[in-house]
Amino acid sequence: MTTTTTTIGQIDWDARRGKQESMLVMTWRRFRRHKPAMMGLGIISIIILGCVCVPLIIGFDQYNLPLALRRQPPSLAHPFGTDELGRDLLMRIWVGGRVSLSIGVSAMLVSILLGTIVGSTAGFYGGWTDNVLMRFADFLLSIPHLFALLLAAQIVRTMNIPEISGGPLPIVLIIGVLSWMGTSRMVRGQFLALKVKEFIDAARVSGARNSRIMFRHILPNAVSPIIVSATLHIGNAIITESTLSFLGFGVQPPMPSWGNMLKTAQSQMTYAPWVAIFPGLMILLTVISINYIGDGLRDALDPRHVE
Amino acid sequence: MNRYILRRILQAIPLLLLISIAVFALMQFIPGGPLAVYADNPDVSAEDLERLREELGLDVPKYQQYLNWLGAILRGDWGLSLVSRRPALTEITERLPNTLYLSLTAFFIALCISIPIGIISAVKQYSWFDHVMTTIAFLGHSVPVFWFGLILIIVFNVTIKNPFTGGPLLPGGGMYTIGEAFSIEDRLLHLIMPASVLILNRLSAQVRYTRAGMLDVLHQDYVRTARAKGLNERRVVLRHAVKNGILPLVTLIGLEIPSLFNGALLTETVFSWPGMGRLFFTSIERADYSVMMGVFMMSATLVLLFGLLTDIVYAFLDPRIRFD
Repeated sequence: MTTTTTTIGQIDWDARRGKQESMLVMTWRRFRRHKPAMMGLGIISIIILGCVCVPLIIGFDQYNLPLALRRQPPSLAHPFGTDELGRDLLMRIWVGGRVSLSIGVSAMLVSILLGTIVGSTAGFYGGWTDNVLMRFADFLLSIPHLFALLLAAQIVRTMNIPEISGGPLPIVLIIGVLSWMGTSRMVRGQFLALKVKEFIDAARVSGARNSRIMFRHILPNAVSPIIVSATLHIGNAIITESTLSFLGFGVQPPMPSWGNMLKTAQSQMTYAPWVAIFPGLMILLTVISINYIGDGLRDALDPRHVE
Repeated sequence: MNRYILRRILQAIPLLLLISIAVFALMQFIPGGPLAVYADNPDVSAEDLERLREELGLDVPKYQQYLNWLGAILRGDWGLSLVSRRPALTEITERLPNTLYLSLTAFFIALCISIPIGIISAVKQYSWFDHVMTTIAFLGHSVPVFWFGLILIIVFNVTIKNPFTGGPLLPGGGMYTIGEAFSIEDRLLHLIMPASVLILNRLSAQVRYTRAGMLDVLHQDYVRTARAKGLNERRVVLRHAVKNGILPLVTLIGLEIPSLFNGALLTETVFSWPGMGRLFFTSIERADYSVMMGVFMMSATLVLLFGLLTDIVYAFLDPRIRFD
């Protein structure tokens, strides 16, 4: 037999959980009203599902090259045609999507993590800490982004570390380390606005340490703009990866990515334009969907949003 | 004002020094250093390498190497290109006008298009025009620059032919037809595609900023006052609202100057445009480090210079900004 006792001061966790869920439900309800964002969510789901499942179901052999089938125009057997080595482009798009999407998400995680740490430290401590960190961000922002990316990628490439150079890991780190500045400025702004609020004084009076105030009291209030910025970062990182790989400084073959599939496209544009069209269309479709999702999230998460 | 400009220039110097230190430090990570090209050459003995090391000043401590490099750069000695054996500074200054010609043309055309679009979008918010334009702006923001260039080449160079000559409608690359005498028409034809890529790239953010700035202003009291005075809508928008409405755009231009060079690098690479961006790309591909560092320093300087210009323009446009 179980007895339920309610004592004064005991936290009603069920009610709390219920309340938190309703916040999520509310966001979802608002998000659902944003039609382009819902469409983006649908398209992204199909793309992710295709990238994960199709290579698993059909099987993919990237070393067995059917050279006799090279540069076939789109047909029923090969809906997107084949490339200069006879590989089915649609299949390579699904496999390459795994690489491009994972790089997009991982690079976003790196840059959001860095941006949040730098931004919250600068905003919370202020003074010279703020000054040094923000001047450093300004410094990185004043360098043409692509020049710095290429320089860093070239250094990794010449270092020629086996298993690492030419793979996705250095690309993730390079993109992440060179793109946190916007997020850090935004998080800093949130911290500057929130740290003077009464509830922070209350937390301090009740004996909370700095780290607790930063990450338990202030940061959760800044989570909405961080989520929006994170979404947009995925799209930007996918474009950056494709750009680096297109220029030959990103993911190296035989591993396909949407960017390096376009690397050989320019030289065969006159007789095999589909090699250039489809991988890029996939990037465009993915990034525009992600950006619309970000747009929808911005509207759904904005507390001042008028219903 | 003059004092402000002077102060900004003085502030730019430590930033440039910092960039030069960062670039110099990064270069040290390249394995083998500048002598790596000779390392595998059987004709170059160990003694030769040692002699070269001394001749090139690589035997002194790193900080001394940096100071020597910096001193040389300030004297205008930017080193020799390892590929063409010509002075790096000459290589760069030859390409710089081509880059500015392409980027600035695109930049001004983009402004001339995006300001009216942004204004009309804001005045007629949620009209079909607004919806179409915000969608195009979204597309422009989501499309990889280089791929848009490839698509333009496929459409206007490969697919569509000139009905009179049977040749391609637009040239697929370069700045002019090689071997032909200078003609403005030829130059303009070569400019259309790379400039269009850059224009679309700029357009999306500019339209969004103008639209947002105008929407903000159109709901302010002084605009209502202007309407209450009985001015017609055209005058209210064009004489009263626009001046303040496009201020955010000026901020955006300041923020986006570095990405002007990104766009230049990509369009120049795709369209074989003989500019600084393509020079940077080829120099990095062929490990031509003196040219690479030169372009890097040159673009950083230009970014700071254009940033200063934007701030001065902003100060003229917005009297609320005070300098002293």
